[in-house]
Amino acid sequence: MSTATTTHISVPGREQPPMLVAGPVAWARANLFNSIGSSLVTLALAYFLLKYAASFIDWAFIKSVWTVPMDPATGKLDPTACRAAKGTGACWAVIWDKYRFILFGRYPFEEQWRAAIVVVLFIGLFVTSAMRRFWRRELALIWVATLTAIFVLMWGGVFGLRYVPQDEWGGLPITLILSTFGLACAFPIAVLVALGRRSTNLPAVKLLCVIYIEVIRGVPLISLLFMASVMFPLFMPEGLNPDKLLRAQVAIILFAAVYLAEVIRGGLQALPKGQYEAADALGLSYWKKMGLIILPQALRLVIPPLVNTFIGFFKDTSLVLIIGIFDLLTSGKVAVADPIWQAFSTEVYIMLGLIYFCFCFSMSRYSRGLEREFSKSVRR
Amino acid sequence: MSNDTQPAIVLEKVNKWFGQLHVLRDVSLTVGTGEKVVVCGPSGSGKSTLIRCINRLETHQEGRILVDGTELTDDTRALDTIRSEVGMVFQSFNLFPHLTILENCTLAPIWVRKMPKVEADALAMEFLTRVKIPEQALKYPGQLSGGQQQRVAIARALCMRPKIMLFDEPTSALDPEMIKEVLDTMIELAESGMTMVCVTHEMGFARQVADRVLFMDQGEVVESGTPVEMFERPQTDRLKLFLSQILRGH
Repeated sequence: MSTATTTHISVPGREQPPMLVAGPVAWARANLFNSIGSSLVTLALAYFLLKYAASFIDWAFIKSVWTVPMDPATGKLDPTACRAAKGTGACWAVIWDKYRFILFGRYPFEEQWRAAIVVVLFIGLFVTSAMRRFWRRELALIWVATLTAIFVLMWGGVFGLRYVPQDEWGGLPITLILSTFGLACAFPIAVLVALGRRSTNLPAVKLLCVIYIEVIRGVPLISLLFMASVMFPLFMPEGLNPDKLLRAQVAIILFAAVYLAEVIRGGLQALPKGQYEAADALGLSYWKKMGLIILPQALRLVIPPLVNTFIGFFKDTSLVLIIGIFDLLTSGKVAVADPIWQAFSTEVYIMLGLIYFCFCFSMSRYSRGLEREFSKSVRR
Repeated sequence: MSNDTQPAIVLEKVNKWFGQLHVLRDVSLTVGTGEKVVVCGPSGSGKSTLIRCINRLETHQEGRILVDGTELTDDTRALDTIRSEVGMVFQSFNLFPHLTILENCTLAPIWVRKMPKVEADALAMEFLTRVKIPEQALKYPGQLSGGQQQRVAIARALCMRPKIMLFDEPTSALDPEMIKEVLDTMIELAESGMTMVCVTHEMGFARQVADRVLFMDQGEVVESGTPVEMFERPQTDRLKLFLSQILRGH
């Protein structure tokens, strides 16, 4: 046999692959119509998709009622037009009427600009923290400054801002406070607990961590919240009674820390033993070994389950509804309790769902970006 | 052996068990400053365990180990000091994959020796030049070949300016064509007067640099002597068998 030599001859007009090898037609052939069975499934799904998408668009955008007139007699909105369209078209007028209550709850109406700034500050904080070029020591200062500003705005009482007691707070700021503080405080606790549980030469610490994890993980978050709101005050001395939001916050932190700790422990276990030994052999102390070698790698390994837990807890903050804290979901529920709008809860829940979705989806997109970026440097 | 100073490493009747398995039996060994000792033996003979006991990656249960005059105990602070004086090179390189080659080398000088970054960078480049890969400094370990990674691992250990270097089968995980580049680096290091304990099956290397060869089998030192004595006039049947096996393999 002669040695195989390949010569690349470029044929004019053949630089592009033929239509049937690449491009949308080829993709559809390969993925949607590659056998009779899959073609049938594709067609059936396409039929249902078109049918229901069409009727949803019809309901949400075409037959929907966007505004309703004011009833001059009562000074309230008159939902007659919505009632007429009920069942065939959405009544978005309820959102128009109630959006400020849904977003900010019972926060005093004329002060709601403060709550709005708080939401903007939170989003700004998330975006800043997400960018790698801001990952420096100064970021901690930014967090402290922003969170201080957030509480000054919410509480007021200084700088000529009216004092707003905590039980008047509500809506999206509450959801953001609970989840941001919850995860930001739970994360360092989780790292320590995960390290403690893997500790070999401190058996007492290890036992404590195991007990903490197993006890908290063994009860539902709802029961922890009940304990924080109902039982805990019974044991406190008279007069010393931290507010309900703080108690719920602590319960969420303790609960989230357990789940995060187990995720992080998974990352610690996945690292090859050689990494620990190499760090030991260089004479790095325990904390330097963990902080410089082990955790940076372990945390990168567990970005997907970590973000999964973050997203889960962002949504789980809505469970505070049952102890009467006015978060986003609670304010949505209260909004549709208004007799005028009672029949139009679907529209409100769609809006709530969209808000939650925006936050969760951005988290998940961000984590995918982060994974891609890290995988560039760590190619084994 | 320069005997005017204390020996670099002393092992006195060291015993170790993994559960029921007796992996080190009454091992005694003295390594003088500047001495090069090669440890060989069949797999499972305890040679890796022995070398890993010297910087306490494994703990021994009986006997004493002194490194640079300090006994190895549970005192972690003293242990970290000893470890920073003893460089170790592993079979599987164990570079830190999330750090660049340069960062791998400067990490311990900066964090353990508290060296300023500029100085640590210069030191790292000096040793990377000595192992002949300065141009890879800004790459990540995953982008290098096995031989290059092992040379980086040697440079990383040398950046701590250790008094003793331990090698745990440094060429066993390498493709044949890369073994030479690592051995050449080790020979150069030996010629510079470094105290070295090296677990290896590279008999050519042992002949060239070793002052003494230790043959271990089933947790005990069966025979020891100069490379010429050991390879040309083996006394025990176990060593004869071992030598015939590895010579057949080569």
